[in-house]
Amino acid sequence: MKKKVGQGIWLFLILMFLYLPILFLAVYSFTESTMIGAIRGFSLQNYVTLFTTQELIDMIAGTFILALAVSILSVVLGTMGAIGAFYSHPRFRSGLEFANQIPVVNADIVTGFSMCVLLIIFLGIDKDTYIPLVAGQTALCTPFVYLSVMPRLKQMDPYIYEAALDLGCTPFQALRKVVLRELVPGMLSGFMTAVTLSLDDYFITTYTKPAVFDTISTYVVNATKGAQTSIKTALWALSTLIFAIVVIVVVVMNLRSGRKGEGGLVREEV
Amino acid sequence: MKLRTFTRKQLGIPYALFLVLFVILPLSVVLYYAFTNEQGQFTMENFFAFFTNTKAVGTLFYSIMIAFVTTLSCLALAYPTAYILAKGMFSHGAVLVMVAVTPMWINFTLRITALKEILNVIEGNLAYYPFLNTVIGMTYDFLPFMILPLYTSILKMDSQLLEAAEDLGASGWEIFWKVMLPLSMPGIVSGVTMVFLPAMTNYVVLDMMYNSTYIMGSLIGSYFNFYDWNNGSMISTILLLMIVLLSWISGRFGDSGSREGGASL
Repeated sequence: MKKKVGQGIWLFLILMFLYLPILFLAVYSFTESTMIGAIRGFSLQNYVTLFTTQELIDMIAGTFILALAVSILSVVLGTMGAIGAFYSHPRFRSGLEFANQIPVVNADIVTGFSMCVLLIIFLGIDKDTYIPLVAGQTALCTPFVYLSVMPRLKQMDPYIYEAALDLGCTPFQALRKVVLRELVPGMLSGFMTAVTLSLDDYFITTYTKPAVFDTISTYVVNATKGAQTSIKTALWALSTLIFAIVVIVVVVMNLRSGRKGEGGLVREEV
Repeated sequence: MKLRTFTRKQLGIPYALFLVLFVILPLSVVLYYAFTNEQGQFTMENFFAFFTNTKAVGTLFYSIMIAFVTTLSCLALAYPTAYILAKGMFSHGAVLVMVAVTPMWINFTLRITALKEILNVIEGNLAYYPFLNTVIGMTYDFLPFMILPLYTSILKMDSQLLEAAEDLGASGWEIFWKVMLPLSMPGIVSGVTMVFLPAMTNYVVLDMMYNSTYIMGSLIGSYFNFYDWNNGSMISTILLLMIVLLSWISGRFGDSGSREGGASL
């Protein structure tokens, strides 16, 4: 019993550490206060500002569109890469896995900087084409898709593909209807990881983005360096909304999958 | 006829090309810039310039210090948490998700903003404790990345081994030190590699907590702003060397299972 209380207190403290700042911000986002400390009356002004300031709307929409595009691209590339590598010569596969591991262990800033040096300085590609940005984020995200699809391939019964061929499928049909179907959970969790990585990325984005484009990360970092107060508190509202959405998504996923950690919301470890 | 030539192997080609073009080639170009001067001639000058520049070396040590303390504090907070979630009284998936997963879904700059507001109220002025605040900020940011691998490796641990140690007369401390810790080593190693390097280079946390940029990442950034690709590339190369070293060390101590453990979680 004593043990249980002790463990409960520890977990409670960790949860407080992780969530108290966000909860405070959430409460204050509904007030007129511009600083944490003194509550000054209920107000929805921050949410109005958030949804009526064009700059903020563009930034939020841009972040999510980018995350979606990058994640879809990563899932396609990473899944194809994993299937190809799995059925290839071991030497090809280990070479691919080595290269795949580089962005995973590399510091994001080095990935971003090197991408910028190659594409923008060496090859002279215009940042405004979004090519460096999308390529950079895809290079970060795809390896994680590969890593979450590969275990599914290893677990798969190797004979079902052969069976499909014997039953008259073309190799392409067998791949699409049999192999790909087995890989869906891995692809989903890879997709989720890609979305979180893209949403959270600051370093690659800042080195490769067009000058007029901002994601939440780059926008917030600039906003902390002396933005207007109304923008600052509107960002509190944004934090609150994202927090609420994340909690809802996590709860729904948890209820649906039922099993521990199967939601695939996890960034795989190195 | 075309379908006959289709093989599963070919699917790997686009990704292989992508990796060469956007992973191998950028790093090669960085290496090229690191060891050439503005005229494009080979030189070791940038390398020596880094290690004779006191500000640069000071920044390197400061970054290592921050990363070291952050990693230790993450480990100290994450180990008991992971143990409680894996083997303790609260082994419930929902708590794990709340501790380790949900924070990752909220943009880290927004979370740091929130933390900053709170610390501002507690401390009055963030400028009083720059080092402490940076470490708190980074711990806040990276804690989930330490909890997850530890959780996976403690979960896989055979509880009977701990009971056996107890039956054989080991004290609680001995059980932890001689049985649990070695068994959870793969998790510790992958947690440390996931926290140490980002903590060394994430200048945004430092920048937001305390308007200073005295960390390795910002050094790259500063050369970047001066259009000095050669020195920026040299610092990237030094970071790459550290990454290779870290991976080699973690490969020796972490080896089997840790990667798969993370992927299957």
